[in-house]
Amino acid sequence: MITDKDVKYIASLARIHLSDEESALFTKNLEGILHYVGKLEKLDVSKVEPTSHVLPLKNVYREDVVKPSLPQQAALKIAVEKHNGAFKVPKVIE
Amino acid sequence: MKLNELTAHEILDLIKQKKTSSGEVCQAVLDQIERSDENVKAFVRLNDQASATAKEANGPVPIPIAIKDNICITDQEVTCSSRILKNFRPPYDATVIEKLKKSGAVILGHTNMDEFAFGSSTENSCYGPTHNPWKLDCVPGGSSGGSTAAVAANEAIWALGSDTGGSIRQPAAFCGVVGLKPTYGLVSRYGLIAFASSLDQIGPITKDVTDSALLLNIISGTDSRDSTSAPFTVPDYTKALVNEVKNIKIGIPMEYFIEGIDPEVKQLIVNAIEMLEKSGAIFEEVSLPHTEYAVATYYIIATAEASSNLARFDGVEYGLRCHPEKMRKNPLVDMYEETRAVGFGKEVKRRIMLGTYSLSSGYYDDYYLRGLKVRTLIKNDFDKVFENYDAIITPTAPTTAFKIGEKANDPLSMYLSDIYTISANLAGIPAISIPCGFSKDGLPVGLQIMAKPFNEEMLLRIAYSFEQSTDWHKRKVRL
Repeated sequence: MITDKDVKYIASLARIHLSDEESALFTKNLEGILHYVGKLEKLDVSKVEPTSHVLPLKNVYREDVVKPSLPQQAALKIAVEKHNGAFKVPKVIE
Repeated sequence: MKLNELTAHEILDLIKQKKTSSGEVCQAVLDQIERSDENVKAFVRLNDQASATAKEANGPVPIPIAIKDNICITDQEVTCSSRILKNFRPPYDATVIEKLKKSGAVILGHTNMDEFAFGSSTENSCYGPTHNPWKLDCVPGGSSGGSTAAVAANEAIWALGSDTGGSIRQPAAFCGVVGLKPTYGLVSRYGLIAFASSLDQIGPITKDVTDSALLLNIISGTDSRDSTSAPFTVPDYTKALVNEVKNIKIGIPMEYFIEGIDPEVKQLIVNAIEMLEKSGAIFEEVSLPHTEYAVATYYIIATAEASSNLARFDGVEYGLRCHPEKMRKNPLVDMYEETRAVGFGKEVKRRIMLGTYSLSSGYYDDYYLRGLKVRTLIKNDFDKVFENYDAIITPTAPTTAFKIGEKANDPLSMYLSDIYTISANLAGIPAISIPCGFSKDGLPVGLQIMAKPFNEEMLLRIAYSFEQSTDWHKRKVRL
């Protein structure tokens, strides 16, 4: 059972401000979808290994040499707000 | 026949014979966009350099191509059809774009999609819906619906899409074009804005199978900038275009022909199977016993990965930034929460919420971890069938294109339209959708072929053989 309080808590974890209307809608939607995915409980997976990735890839290393990378100015060109060569955000510490 | 109605291989032949030029071809495509895109709405933005690039094109493949709105092109706005990426102009090309530019391809612009590729109808877009060229009041499928509609409407010769749970194949089926999802790791994801990183693949959308092989030749290959790119030596896929299926063993999974499948779709798939059987292919019933769990597994894994990938859109660096009128928590957190509240559409919020829930403390084992384990079972089902069979054939989607708005308020029924395509992403295998007929009301139906990892050649060979004895792919929309 998903409550309005659960939905508000998840929204705060996901950093999304929800209106009361959205909160009510998602409570209903999540309840329905979780009920549907609940069918996975029918399977015994106690002896099954999880697959987070299909390819049997190991860590890929490259030579430790410096290569050209994105110049600071090119990266900052798309900044919403910038200051002294950095991305500017609202005040964090009072 | 008009130039924009031709396939790329036909155009390349004409250019070789000096009967046309890349500039003329591009102009024919741009004229078509001018004529019909007002009604189809496949493109969200056009590249104003297309015509100039086409006139100067000197690469071997100067073909006009449409790009899904989640693939980065240097200094061109790309938004995933979301408000949150408004004005985002990436300072780099995706690897596939770099490869296309080198081969001389002419980039026409970006095509509409479901926001962040979350959807199966191209209705969830901040630009509004795309319309199916075959029937304008129907959806083109999704999420790469802008790309498939552009090719079907002859507003592009080729297009690129991305496929996380069927987003190339299902809209290809709905629009009557060829859509291929490569094996996971065959095509670099560098520069593809991520949805679910363990499932996403970029792939070709074309008018026939020969073009699919040509475009796959250009975009595939290992890439040091994508750590999940497979160290695989790419063959020349056009060599697989052989009209011969004698003694090829193909499985028909009985779990795919159950309730919910439209009888007309079923009949056309049966006809296709009979046609291939006459050419010498051997068909047998097989079982993929965990099929009924695929949609649930997918919606746990894909939303979990998406909630993590989309955490980067927070208003800090680029795109949209919003502040609430009154302070709620503190200025920085308020900025994150308001930017995401205003920037994301309803379906994106819904999926981020679901993904965050299944990854959250207390639910991780019950949902996310269990999902990964069922993924193993689904993958094992395919491994077992491929021990004895060269390919698997199914419908691409259970129905033809539905009406715009029909499923808008029922997320679960929308999710179920991907029921036949999702498993290939979970198992990482290649799959293609090709046209195999039309319903009585004139909507296209797609046939899906799946094969072992890195055996795109088998898909192309079966698809090409089928295409040689049919002319569904030659039917044209006139808009």
